Parts: sequence; C-alpha cells; structure tokens
Amino acid sequence: MTTKLSSNGQGRQKLGRLSARTENAIFDTVNTLVMVFVCVVTLYPFLNTVAVSLNDSVDAVRGGIYLWPRVLSLKSYETILIKTSAIPHAAMISALRAAVGTGISVPLSMMLAFVMTRRDYVLRGFITKLVLLTMYVSGGLIPTFLTYRAYGLTNNFLVYVLPTAISPFNVLVMRSFIDGIPFELTESAKIDGASEYRILFTIIFPLSMPVIATISLFVAVNQWNQWFDTMLYCSSNKGLSTLQYELKKVLDTANSMVSSDASEALMDQNSSGGRVTTQTIRAAMTVVSVVPIACIYPFLQRFFVKGMTLGAVKG
Amino acid sequence: MRSLWRQRQLVVLSLSIVLIILFSYVPLWGWLIAFQNYKPSTKISFFQQQWVGMKNFVDLFNDPRFTRALRNTLAIGALKIVFSYLFTLLLAVLLNEIRVTWFKRTVQTISYLPHFVSWVVAANLFFVTFSPEGGIVNVLFVGLGLAKSPISFMGEPSLFWVMVALSEVWKNSGYGAIVYLAAMTAIDPALYESADIDGASRVRKILAITLPSIAPTIKILLVLSIGRLLSVGFEQVYLLKTPSTTQVGTTLEIFIYEFAMKFSMYSMGSSMSIFNSLISIILIVGCNFFAKFLDGEGIM
Repeated sequence: MTTKLSSNGQGRQKLGRLSARTENAIFDTVNTLVMVFVCVVTLYPFLNTVAVSLNDSVDAVRGGIYLWPRVLSLKSYETILIKTSAIPHAAMISALRAAVGTGISVPLSMMLAFVMTRRDYVLRGFITKLVLLTMYVSGGLIPTFLTYRAYGLTNNFLVYVLPTAISPFNVLVMRSFIDGIPFELTESAKIDGASEYRILFTIIFPLSMPVIATISLFVAVNQWNQWFDTMLYCSSNKGLSTLQYELKKVLDTANSMVSSDASEALMDQNSSGGRVTTQTIRAAMTVVSVVPIACIYPFLQRFFVKGMTLGAVKG
Repeated sequence: MRSLWRQRQLVVLSLSIVLIILFSYVPLWGWLIAFQNYKPSTKISFFQQQWVGMKNFVDLFNDPRFTRALRNTLAIGALKIVFSYLFTLLLAVLLNEIRVTWFKRTVQTISYLPHFVSWVVAANLFFVTFSPEGGIVNVLFVGLGLAKSPISFMGEPSLFWVMVALSEVWKNSGYGAIVYLAAMTAIDPALYESADIDGASRVRKILAITLPSIAPTIKILLVLSIGRLLSVGFEQVYLLKTPSTTQVGTTLEIFIYEFAMKFSMYSMGSSMSIFNSLISIILIVGCNFFAKFLDGEGIM
C-alpha cells in the first residue's frame, strides 16, 4: 500500500505544484456546483408544490407552473381549511397525538434510560436486554394487530400514543447521554439523602436538556407523520383520522386516476373536472402537513446532530 | 430480594417496561397461529383452533406470489443499500470539503428536510416531479432531447426498483451523512497539513486520508444496512406503488398486508412474519459476527 502511494505521488510531482492548485480550483468549483444541485433537487419539489397550491385550480391543469403561481388564488386553502371540517379536524388529531405522544414517551423513556445507567441496580441487565431485544424481534403485522385488537385499541386514540411510547433507539440515545453525566453528582446527592426521584428530576433532567429536546423532536415529528396506524386501527372512525392519512387518501385517488388505463379513458371523457381539484388541493394539503415540520427542525438542528452522533457512536 | 426492596424507587422508575412487554412481547404469542388454521371468530377460542403443523409454511413456499414478493424484497433491499450507501458517503465527503461555513450549514440544513417529512408527502412529491404530464423531470428530459416523449417514470415496472432507491437517496442521504461527518471531525488535522506540505491535491487527500480514516464507520454502517436487507420499508414502497407496478412492487411486508390482512388469512400472514423475522435475525447476527471478524469489535 505504501509503495503504491509513494510511486503515485512521484508521478504526480512531475506535473508540478501548479497543477495541484488548478486541480483544487476545479475541485472547488465542481463541488460547489454539485452542492447547489443537491439543494435544488431537494427544494424544488417543495417550492413547486407551494406554487401549485397557490395557483388557481382550473388554470393549474394547463401545467407549466414551476416556482411561481401563474394565477394567484387561495381557493385551495379555503377549500381544505374552511369549507370542510375534515382536514382541520384531522390536523388537530395529528397535533394532539404529537403533543400527547411526546408527553408520554419522553418522560417514560427518560426514566428507563436513567435506571439503565445505574450500575448498582439489580435489574439493570434484565431491563437493558428486554429493551434492546425489541429492536430485533417483533411479532409482525398480524399478531400485533390481533393483540392490539384484543386490548380494545381499535378506533381508540390510545393506539397512537401507547405502543410507540418506548422506542429502544430513543432510550439508547438518552442512556448514552446520561452516561456522560458524572456519577459523582448522583452519589453525592444520595449521601445527602436525596431520593431516586429527586435525583432524576433535579439533577439528571436539567442536565439532559439537549437530549430531551432531540428526542422530543424525533417523537413529535414521527407522530405527526404517522398514517399507517390510522389506516390499520382507526379507519372506520372518521373522528380519529389524521392529516397524513387524509393526504394518503388524496394520493390514492390521484394515482388510480393517472395510472390505470381504464380510468384514464374515463377521465378523458369526463373532462378534467376531477383532476383540477385534486392537483391543487393535493398540493395545498402537502404544504399544510410540511409547514409545521419545516418551521421546527432548523432550530433544533444542533441538538439532533448531537443526539444522532451520540446514538451512532454508542448504539 | 432484599436489595430489590432497597432499590424499590428504581423499580418504580422502571415500571414503563410493562408497556414494552404489553406492546412488543405479548404479540409474540401470535406466532403460534402460524401453525394453526386460524379462523377469526368470537365463538371459537384460540386454543380450539385447528392445529396444522408446518402446512402454512409449505403452502407459502409453494406460492408463486410469495416467491415473487421475496424477489421484489431482495431486489429493492439490495438496490436501496447500494444507492443510498454510495450517495450518502459521497455527500458526506463533498460536504466535508466545503470551506465556507455558512454555505456548508445551509446545504446541510436543506439536505435534512426530506428526512423529516412523511413518506406520504415524499411519495406525493415524487409522483408530481416525475409525472408524465408536466412533471419537471419529463419537461427537462424532453426539452434537452434525452427522451422523445414523456416517460412514465412511476408507472413503468422496469424502472420501479430504481425509483424506490432514488426516493431513498432523496429522502435520507442528507440525514445519513451526519454520522460520516461526525467521524470526519475526529481526523487529526496534522495529517492534512503534512499532505499539504507534500503538495497533495484535494482529491488525493480525500482518497488517502479522509476515506481510510473513516473506514471503520463505513464498514459498520455497511454491515448494519446488510442486516436490514429484508426490512425494505413498508410505507415507502407501499406508497410509491401504483396498480401498474404491483408485480414488481409487492414486497413481503406488503404481501402480508394486502393478502393476509385484507382477506383475513391470518395464519399465512403470521408464518410470513416468522420467516421475515428469522431471516432478519440470521442476517443481523451473521453480519455482527462478520463485523467482529473484521475489526475485532462487534456492533451490538
């Protein structure tokens, strides 16, 4: 390996220093262009959706809307947010499950992570194994469904927040963070006669704010983005529908219209009436479901980068 | 037992383990119905169901739909690993080479965004972007003369696996790069300085310093992703699938949902779940052994 490297280096030396410098300049230019390309590819679909959602729905069917609406109209937002109550209600359920889910998940995971760091705790090994094993073993879709149904969780809001309350990944990230807090703090508090609860709430909690912020973000975003449990457990109860599930249903209708040949033929005959509404409304719904996330995550970036690397190193 | 009583406060704090038992371990009893001819009914209890031994498994392996689902799962899993693995690494290396801090921050922040939106949103954006009716990709392809007429990217069965892999790249590369970037911050700057003195170019430094230094991370992430080969992501494929791509898009998880769940073929679905879990565990344990073998340190 070393000989190969040095011989290669000598070959390059013949070309002189200048070539290395021009090579670097070329590299920087290409790299900048690639990065700009990455940003464009990432952002364009979102910006395009915003533009379409703000366009007049009849005009939008002509196509050709890229980054700016051609005929400005707020009709689509009016339709989904004011004219019907289904979407605002679904958005409220999504927000509620994000709030309640985080409120349940974060404290419980924190407690579990705390006892898992206590080397003197007799049940530590047992609990750690029990938590870790769930990463690899799961009952599968049908056994899980039958069990939750037996618990009476179908058409029940609790199915959103209880089963996902403790995620092994989150507990691991929290555990490695708490592990970094000097044990002397806990020890001295114990000598002063503090109870375990007191240690957790007055020492560990305040010191763990970065990891708590990270996990709260993960849990809240994850809750907001769920739709499969709605489809599986709560599809017969309209009152428990979530925003993502409503969006998924719109996507379904759009796809069945576009993709199957038979319905395409039908579409042509029926003029484009159906699709006009779908296109802009779909865009508006997408915007509504992305905006909360796009507003929150940049501010928590430094936290989740930290949390992510912690989890990756230790997990 | 006495020490347990002494630590009763800690025991109280570990009570949420009950949730794990209820929601992750109790469902495991359902594996038993894979060996039954389970009929959902309120009259017959679980124990009165007809036991059929391995019949469900035999039926399953003889079912061409199952074989096809397995093929789709392996194909999508493998393509996803190759694509997302290479792109994530490439993105991390290139991000690491940006010298202007604000630019680097901006690119990173933007590249995280897709990771935080749901697959429903991502699938929606994909359908719109690749639509044959005015989707930007087709507009560019036709405009640049790369295609004569718009291509139905999402409806074309031969492109489906690649599209799924691309969607994975779009959604998760930026976020996945975090791990590599963290590993790169640990590289000793002196290595780069001495390379500078030797007149090494940037590409040279990437190949001779950056990549070898993060080799352990690269290795571990590869091993981990191979361990997850069969878990190709239900939501992603399910949402990107359209009626015209059913043949190539039905993975094991989707097969379980669409056939077993919808038609109440519970026993068959359970036997597939068992199969899925067994293969996954074998892959994970095998990869872990392999990782240990590679650098003397496991990942679990």
